[in-house]
Order: sequence, then C-alpha cells, then structure tokens
Amino acid sequence: MTMLSGWGNYPVARAQLLAPRNETELQILIAGNSSVIARGNGRAYGDSAIGLPATLHMRHFNRMISFDAETGQLVAESGVLLGDIISAFLPRGWFPAVVPGTKFVTLGGAIAADVHGKNHHKEGSFRNCLDWVDVMGPDGTLRRCSAQENSDLFGWTAGGMGLTGIIVKAAIRLRAVPSAWIRQQTLPAANLDAAIEIFERSASATYSVAWIDCLSEGNTLGRSLVMLGEHADSRDLSAQQAATPYAIASAKTRQVPPVFPSFLLNRFSVRAFNSAYYWAGARKAGLLITDWNRYFFPLDALLGWNRIYGRKGFAQFQCVLPLDSARSGLRRLLQAISAAGQGSFLAVLKRLGPQDSPFSFPMEGYTLALDFPVNRRSLALMEELDRITIAHGGRFYLAKDSRMHADTLRAADPRAAGFTGMRQSSGLHPSFQSAQSQRLSL
Amino acid sequence: MTKSPVLILGARSDIGLAVAHAFASQGHPVQLAARRADTLGAEKTDLELRHGVPVSLHDFDALALENHEGFADALPELPGIAVCAVGYMGDQAESERTPLQAAQVLRSNFEGPASILAVLANRFEQRGSGTLVGISSVAGERGRASNYVYGAAKAGFTAFLSGLRNRLARKGVHVVTVLPGFVATQMTEGMDLPAKLTAQPEEVANAIAAAASKGRNVVYVRPVWQLIMLIIRNIPEAIFKKTSI
Repeated sequence: MTMLSGWGNYPVARAQLLAPRNETELQILIAGNSSVIARGNGRAYGDSAIGLPATLHMRHFNRMISFDAETGQLVAESGVLLGDIISAFLPRGWFPAVVPGTKFVTLGGAIAADVHGKNHHKEGSFRNCLDWVDVMGPDGTLRRCSAQENSDLFGWTAGGMGLTGIIVKAAIRLRAVPSAWIRQQTLPAANLDAAIEIFERSASATYSVAWIDCLSEGNTLGRSLVMLGEHADSRDLSAQQAATPYAIASAKTRQVPPVFPSFLLNRFSVRAFNSAYYWAGARKAGLLITDWNRYFFPLDALLGWNRIYGRKGFAQFQCVLPLDSARSGLRRLLQAISAAGQGSFLAVLKRLGPQDSPFSFPMEGYTLALDFPVNRRSLALMEELDRITIAHGGRFYLAKDSRMHADTLRAADPRAAGFTGMRQSSGLHPSFQSAQSQRLSL
Repeated sequence: MTKSPVLILGARSDIGLAVAHAFASQGHPVQLAARRADTLGAEKTDLELRHGVPVSLHDFDALALENHEGFADALPELPGIAVCAVGYMGDQAESERTPLQAAQVLRSNFEGPASILAVLANRFEQRGSGTLVGISSVAGERGRASNYVYGAAKAGFTAFLSGLRNRLARKGVHVVTVLPGFVATQMTEGMDLPAKLTAQPEEVANAIAAAASKGRNVVYVRPVWQLIMLIIRNIPEAIFKKTSI
C-alpha cells in the first residue's frame, strides 16, 4: 500500500499502486481487482488518478511507436510525457497542437482530462488533435476509437477522466512550427472589463492567456496582464537565433525546498506579490521574444512548486462561465475572493472558444483558475465560488477538482447524469473507478 | 562529429534500457544486446524516434560463454563504450536449497558478465581505446544472510572489474565499476525499499553516462550508500554475524 495524492497533495489516500509492464499484465490487473483507475504522472490536482483499492501506474507504457513526417501524426503509448514529445520533435520542427500549462503530463492524462491550452479559442481542446485512441475495456479487449470507429466511446473517452477504460495508446497530430520561439505581446488591463475587451479583440491571436490579480478591489478589480503569443519566424529572430531556430538552451530549473514554511504565504505577502507582479508586468509591457518553455510552461521551471502550500496541500478552483454571463459572474467570483482575502500568486483568466463534446470541460466563455491552501476557510470560500458559478451557468474542471460535492457537479453539469448512465449501461461502472468518481457519484 | 556506438549488454533490463536512452540522448548510436533480441523492436523504434540515432539489435546470452567471441565478431562496429547490465537476483532461499540455482545466480552475475567484458577488453586494448562499464552491487561489499549468493557473485565481479581497470589503465582503456544501491526495477518490484536510498533507473543511467565521460573509477549512484557500506564493512565480524541487516 502506498500513500497517493495528486499534484495538490490533497486529499491523500492509501492505495495499492500497481505498474503493469504490458497489455497482458494490464488485462490481469483489470480482471483481478474490484475496480481500477489509470494514473499517469500524477498531475491532476486532486483524486482523479487515485484508484481505491487499486491504482494502475502507466509508467511502463512509455514508448513512442511511429511518426509520420508528412502528416505530423505521432503514435505513442499513453505514459509518454508531452515534455518527451517536445524534446524529441521540436528539434525537428514539430510541437503538440494543444498543450496545457505543464509539460509534465502524460499523453493518457491529457486525453482523459481533455486538456486545453492557450490556443483553445482557435484550436479547441486536446481532442481536436487526437486521431484515435486505444482503450482497454472491462473485459480486457482493446478497442480502437476515433471519430469514425466506436465514435461514442471516443467522444466519452476524451474528457472522461479515465472512467471509460484504460487508455493504452493514441495517435495525435503535431503542428509544424517555424521555430522554438514565441513572439509574446503583454497587454496590461487595468480591470476586468479591460481584460475582457482585450481578449475579445484578440480572437485572431494564436495563443492568449491572462494572469489576473485576484486580490485587487474597486476600480482595479480583476486587473490583468494579457499575454498574446505567436510562433516566431525568422523575421522575428536575431541572426544567432535564426541560425538554429529550434535550439533552446536547456531551461534552468529550481527546486522548492522539501518543506517550505507555509506561514510565508499569507494575505499580506500574496497581496504584495500580486501588486508587484502587475506593476512589473505593466512596465515591461510590449513585444518580446521568449522561448517555448517560458511561454507555455513558466511554472515547470520551479520543480515541486506545489510544496509552497505546505504539508496540508492546496486545492485549485477552476470554472468556466458562458460568454453572456461571464462578465457578471467573474466580477462576483473576484469580489468573493478579494473579500475573503484568500487569493493566490497565480490566478489565470482565459477566453475559451466554442466546444461541443460529451463530457469535456471547455465551453465558449471565460475560465478562471486559482489555488488556495487547504483549510477550513478556503474550503468554505470554494463552496461559495461553486454557488456563484452555478448561478451563472458555469461548470467545473474535474482535472483540478479535489473537494466538490456530487450535488454541486450535478447542478452545474447536466451531462454528468448522462455520463454515469453510459458507464452503467456499458458495464464500465464497476471496473473503472477513482476516488474522485466515487466522491462525485460518476 | 559522429559519436561512437554504445553497446548495452542486458538491454532488456530497466537499467539497461535507461542507459540506452541516456547515451542515445547524447547522440550515440546504440547496440542493444539481449536474449531474443528480435523482441526488442518496440524499444528500438522508441529510441530511434526520441533521439534520432541508429539502433541495432543483437542476440546475446551471457551464459553461453562459448559464443562470446563470435558475438563480438558479429557486431557491425566495435563499440566505444560497453555497459554490462546483466544480472539476476534469484531467490536466496532457493539458492540455499538447490546448488544448481545457486550456480545460476553465480554464473549470471559473475561468470557471464566477466567473460563478455574480458572478450571486449582484449579488443579495446588492441585498439587502444574504449570504456567498459560493469554494473556490480553494494551487495558484494559484505556477504549477508539475506542474499550472500548474489552478493558473492557481485563481490567477484567487483574484484574482476578492479583488476581489469588496473591491467588496462595504461592501455587507453577505462573501466568503471557502478554500485547502484537499491534501484526501483523489475528485480526489486514488490520489495519495500526506503525511498531515500532507492534510485530510479534513469538516475543510475545518468550517473553511468557522467562516469564514462569523466573517467570515474568507482561510482556509488547515491552518495549515502558510500557511507552505509563503509559502516557495514567495518562492523566487527563477531557482531556482524549476529545481526540481520
């Protein structure tokens, strides 16, 4: 038995962690346990990848199988990290078409959570670059599913949080990029309305995301730094960069000490940090050429950053609000957060594009994500944020969730009942369960 | 400049594969040697896709000593670096009951690895260059009741590597002895190992790649093991024989 938790170190559960080495071992473990769930690199924040009693660690399914340089299609086993794909293919001019905020997620995890990136408003979520996926069912049979073949299973699997079976391998499309550099434009927004206006007029930008100060109030409520990005081509690069456009010096990483004194994290330090960050960003606003690692994965440079929240761990709140109620809903959310004085260093605001899929998180509107150290007050605040989200027609990102109630999910997302119904009628329910699916009655 | 190929003996093992990735990521072509090498096709493709280096597969049985010269002859190119990750823990209790089982452990961890490295050593010596890496074990530093058959074989292998290093030191050939301590591999799966003392295969592989390029002699992958073994080696026998560690 092993103590398992997600990236937020909350909750922690005792589970049996098994690491099958091939499909036969995988079949035996599915048949031999009352229920299982697959675990990739453990980057879901809560209990999505904790299976009680048994969790299947997919680290041995980590081989790349084929690459087609005509179409950019990569076939790989599900335990391969997106970071490994970037290391292998960016030097050859290819980059995953959709990446989340960390490169330390597995391919299987990216599919299960149907992750989205800074280009969601244009390119959609991870499923849009997914050609097919091989899923092992309760009977140990491997089923290939795609938009054409087993299309129902395909639809539910992307965003299905591993609850439709074990994702064993998949084919994804990489995009050809002109360099490893990003032309980044930082636009300061004095408040929420200004940030939304920038997003709305930047629909043609390939990438967009905003850091938002979740503790500012009054006229500056929701002040943000909106960061737009384009893949830089030779005209944007210095002669030295253009000579080897895909070469980037390996990123410097720092390690957070194993035990970070969590008293350093309080409303005063967070408020001061947010204020300083905004003004520093606003002063440096404008164009800059930055490398892919810094633009897409700024937090990856700080290994183990989850530890700054201390032993009790942290929870991330992420919701999306539909376009027509986004402005009023975001204002209510930010007011509640600011009034409680419980902001985080990194709150993220992002415009999402239209999406219609069976159980994935994104919908057209605005998504807000921020972290809270786990304590009684923050848990109460997050329940208030849940209520505001539901009142504005929004829903929640299960890859980030660690504490929601089943009723909250049902109230926010009418698709949940259909998902559970599908799991029961197709015999998936008894075999594939996570601590999260049990908590949320999925 | 094209880099010299690296030969991995026992390439199916977790450490062997990790070593292959470590050298391939530096741009070295890789020769994977194992029994039934044709079943390593997925590993070959993965290495080639990730690192863009050529990978070849070679049938190799560490226990078939009579074939070792022929194996070396058949390699498409004499490697610049050869890493021996061949090993077999066996079951100590079974080794105590069955002499043939004990012999299998001794042969797999000592006789076979020593034989193939001897064959390669002569060729490297003749060429006047090369690096031989033997993965031995801290278990060879002092025999313990829980695994002394395995430990005895590794003690023999460690002594062999030391002698080989001495012999070849002035011939341009370098020999590295690796003492990994606990490693999270198939060999130790299911054992309850202390996390702080247990290395991942990638950690061992990176230590080997670094040792090969820096010309280090004896490598403890996690430094704490050097201290632990210093203590274990120095416990007086009268006390040691009554302990169970």
